[in-house]
Amino acid sequence: MLLIYCPYCEEERSELEFRHGGDAHVARPTNMADISDEEFQEFFFLRDNPKGLIFERWRHIHGCGRFFNAARDTVSDKFYRSYKAGEPKPDIPGVTTATEKTVETYEATEGTAK
Amino acid sequence: MSGANRIAGQGRLTPAKTARFTFDGKTIDALEGDTVASALLANGVHLVGRSFKYHRPRGILSAGPEEPNALIDVSRDAARRQPNVRAPVQEVFDGMKVESQNRWPSLAFDIGGINNLMSPFFAAGFYYKTFMWPKAAWEKVYEPFIRKAAGLGVSPTEEDPDHYASRYAYCDVLVAGAGVAGLSAALAAAEAGARVILVDEQPEVGGALHYDLSVKIDGQNGYDWAQATAAKLKAMENVTVLTRTTAFGYYNHNFVGLVERVTDHLTRPDKKLPRERLWQVRAKRVVLATGSIERHMVFANNDRPGIMLASAARTYLNHFGVAVGRKVGVYTASDSAYEAAFDLKRAGVTIAAIVDNREKPGDAVLTEARKLGIEVLTGHSVIDTKGKLRVSSISVARNGGGSARSIPVDALLMSAGWTPSVHLFSQSRGKVAYDAASGRFLPGTYAQDCLSVGSCNGTDGLQATIEESLAAGELMARATGNEGGSKVELRGENAFEWTGGMAGAAEGAGVDTTVKAFVDFQNDVCAKDIRLAVREGMHSIEHIKRFTTNGMATDQGKLSNIHGLAIASEVLNREIPKIGLTTFRAPYTPVTFGALISHSRGELFDPARKTPMHAWEEAHGAVFEDVGNWKRAWYYPRSGETMHDAVNRECRTVRNAAGLFDASTLGKIEVVGPDAAEFLNLMYTNAWDTLKPGRCRYGIMLREDGFVYDDGVVGRLAEDRFHVTTTTGGAPRVMNHMEDYLQTEFPHLKVWLTSTTEQWAVIAVQGPKAREILAPLVEGIDISNEAFPHMSVREGKICGVPTRLFRMSFTGEAGYEVNVPADYGQAVWEAIWARAEPLGACAYGTETMHVLRAEKGYIIVGQDTDGTVTPHDASLSWAVSKKKTDFVGIRGLKRPDLVKEGRKQLVGLLTKDPNVVLEEGAQIVADPNEPKPMKMLGHVTSSYWSENCGRSIAMALVAGGQARLGQTLYVPMPDRTIAVEVSEMVFVDKEGGRLNG
Repeated sequence: MLLIYCPYCEEERSELEFRHGGDAHVARPTNMADISDEEFQEFFFLRDNPKGLIFERWRHIHGCGRFFNAARDTVSDKFYRSYKAGEPKPDIPGVTTATEKTVETYEATEGTAK
Repeated sequence: MSGANRIAGQGRLTPAKTARFTFDGKTIDALEGDTVASALLANGVHLVGRSFKYHRPRGILSAGPEEPNALIDVSRDAARRQPNVRAPVQEVFDGMKVESQNRWPSLAFDIGGINNLMSPFFAAGFYYKTFMWPKAAWEKVYEPFIRKAAGLGVSPTEEDPDHYASRYAYCDVLVAGAGVAGLSAALAAAEAGARVILVDEQPEVGGALHYDLSVKIDGQNGYDWAQATAAKLKAMENVTVLTRTTAFGYYNHNFVGLVERVTDHLTRPDKKLPRERLWQVRAKRVVLATGSIERHMVFANNDRPGIMLASAARTYLNHFGVAVGRKVGVYTASDSAYEAAFDLKRAGVTIAAIVDNREKPGDAVLTEARKLGIEVLTGHSVIDTKGKLRVSSISVARNGGGSARSIPVDALLMSAGWTPSVHLFSQSRGKVAYDAASGRFLPGTYAQDCLSVGSCNGTDGLQATIEESLAAGELMARATGNEGGSKVELRGENAFEWTGGMAGAAEGAGVDTTVKAFVDFQNDVCAKDIRLAVREGMHSIEHIKRFTTNGMATDQGKLSNIHGLAIASEVLNREIPKIGLTTFRAPYTPVTFGALISHSRGELFDPARKTPMHAWEEAHGAVFEDVGNWKRAWYYPRSGETMHDAVNRECRTVRNAAGLFDASTLGKIEVVGPDAAEFLNLMYTNAWDTLKPGRCRYGIMLREDGFVYDDGVVGRLAEDRFHVTTTTGGAPRVMNHMEDYLQTEFPHLKVWLTSTTEQWAVIAVQGPKAREILAPLVEGIDISNEAFPHMSVREGKICGVPTRLFRMSFTGEAGYEVNVPADYGQAVWEAIWARAEPLGACAYGTETMHVLRAEKGYIIVGQDTDGTVTPHDASLSWAVSKKKTDFVGIRGLKRPDLVKEGRKQLVGLLTKDPNVVLEEGAQIVADPNEPKPMKMLGHVTSSYWSENCGRSIAMALVAGGQARLGQTLYVPMPDRTIAVEVSEMVFVDKEGGRLNG
């Protein structure tokens, strides 16, 4: 069970008090009615599912009720930091976002065992 | 007398304190502090079980939780019975009943033993191949047969009468394991001032000190030092010492699951005590001091009762005072087994021989063996054993061939060296690293804030272990901000340092396919099975594991992992680290469901939500249905009425007179603030700024993709205050959805949201007499049709208490929804009922509510919509504002597929035979004679008998439905095909005269 720091309550609390809210920093277009199908697809449907660093939303639903963002490693579940909604995406020193090239495939990892 | 094999003067149990239990009906005398295993061995019982697949006779292999063979069924009484208990772990208590498992008709004569003779047919993976054909036989014949023939214990059939507890705990340093390493680490951390929890699975602390009598710490006997240290720790305020407690799982962020066995060892447990207690510990730092487990030797017929681990024999002798045999052989690849021979020899037991498959054992143990007059055969192997229900002799031969010599024995001790227990470390997602020099997997890369110390870290030598553990304990305490205390120093000494150890099959394991040299006793996996798996193309250790079942299930490879890996490595001709280790899964040892569930059972499993009027409904005979966690009155049968009769009567009564309905479960959200209307404009498809205070509007909420998410009536109480209602099931998610947008997308809006679902009791009064019923009870609100038309809301008083009175209807009748503070709900209901009953009204339940709303074509989100329905599909285009430039879903609605012709649309269906009621969920086709697969046009979403229409009515999602009005379609059922006509969705009062009357 994860231990998550709520930037509003300013303390670490158990995962039981939180609900995951999907990717962070996906801004809803202000000209929503006018965007193209491709823009809507990008905004609503497409997500990266990275191995490694991810910026995601959490809600302290059984606590203060606030939504906030967190930078987490999807492999180790290590939380690099939590920050308030509306704050910019932080730099996580020494950690880079996974690119398509670093995505592991079955062929790449199990190829030798075949 | 507590057993013929109890040796006077040996062990730590008190002869005066006895206990008595039965094993397969036979009385066994034991001493307090015995385990089932030690008591059985004291009485000369070695045969305790039959193996999983081959039903081979099995005995006690170990003295700890790694036991793969001696799995027993333990009961206190008929209901308190637990299968698959490890005999070396279960402490005895007076009156306990122990049964062996997986045998019939008896342990000594087991029909299933024929599996052993037929074993050539049961090689690894046999069930994947043998039972392939015919396919249909798998489910009916093969699987039930295999399940019956193979297996371990039998599940209890009665409900568990015990109760279980659970608690959370926090500490600076959690120490898992209370042997020399764990005690030292805990002591150092505690002295530095850290909050420490020390856990050990055994009844007493000490770990290996249970059997190693040569250890002295600060001049004191090791075991006594351990007990004194535990007592000292227990007396410290900052320390919790938990024995009989297993750290079974190491989860994220230093969250460790412990299970404490509270009463399983007690003869008459206090009824107030829980049987077990689950501890969910969040530790800032963890010290793993889990020790290591001795491995067995892999050779032919190494599984006969009487063959056991050398350290186990030492434990039985030195702690329990039990000799495991009178003429004992030893087969080893490690110095450690010699000490077992020394201890037994000194206690008067004959040591037949020490067979060491190494040419050069450690000098010290060799010298000592000679001194004690024990024959040592170096460079020799045990190549076979004999003895039906207990080992009777071993065949010994010089390595590399030569004639075999038979040595009679009644027990054989073995050791292939020690496997560090890295289970918890591995569960913490730490990566193990192979140490080629010692042939061990050791903690490598740490994933969490923990440290391994002692033999689980590969640290050999007593003083090295002590120093490493003290340093780790202090380091962890300092790391968590503890400054206090003086440095702890301890001095340990012991007789021998051990060398040696081997992994994989020994000489006697043979290379052919018939020799049974067991690698995994619990799953009946032999060396040949692993070779077979490799030959059949399994080259990854994960595949080999699954093909052979090596290290699966509760065993988790405690004994078998390293041997299995070494054999695979040899056959594949690849180094061990290149093959890799399988993952250790939690739990370390089995955990009861009771402990995990704790109090969450029966009524406490899931709380029931009851409305303020629940007691009245119950008293008036309501039948309830579950809607989420809510208990809702479903219908109110009168004496002699079926559900159908009752619903028909309620439906008639509401339309002819009036009805009372408990609508309290509707979700309610108070939306307040200067920007409240603007916020609702964004959340709903409708326009809210045009809604005047005192008026209501039916609102539709979409998701961003354009599909209907929820609906409900929203009343505007003031410029800046709205009373929003949601569906019963949708209340929490709608609240979350609104909060999400308010906090993250529209934070500039000044709006405050409050869930008020439970604050208001809601009484729907519906029907032509509704106004007459309510009029005398309402104060301060003119409820005449002119002053208070359909879709209005007013605040005032009813029966002297504050109310928010809505003029609205989910029945199509003129109606009201009386909102009063929840505490007044039942009183107001009773007052209204007192007026209503004499006027011919009835109380009605959710079933009648469903029928009445369907008669009017009102949809239920989640029943008539399914997450792929737009407002346009549901004939609700009128509720979608065309003027607004934004609302959630505005863009989604314009997606190409959502504006395409031929989408499924909600329509009415009338069966050609008015007496036939369609089945909800039934599929609809255009051509009933079309060959399969038929083209499905859609499905029935709602279907009822309508007493008011005198016929059945239905709603359905049909492709291009609106263009099909009047068409005949078909509903194919297993026994017949039903013809239906597509119709409008409104079946009663199409003009709406009743609604506005």
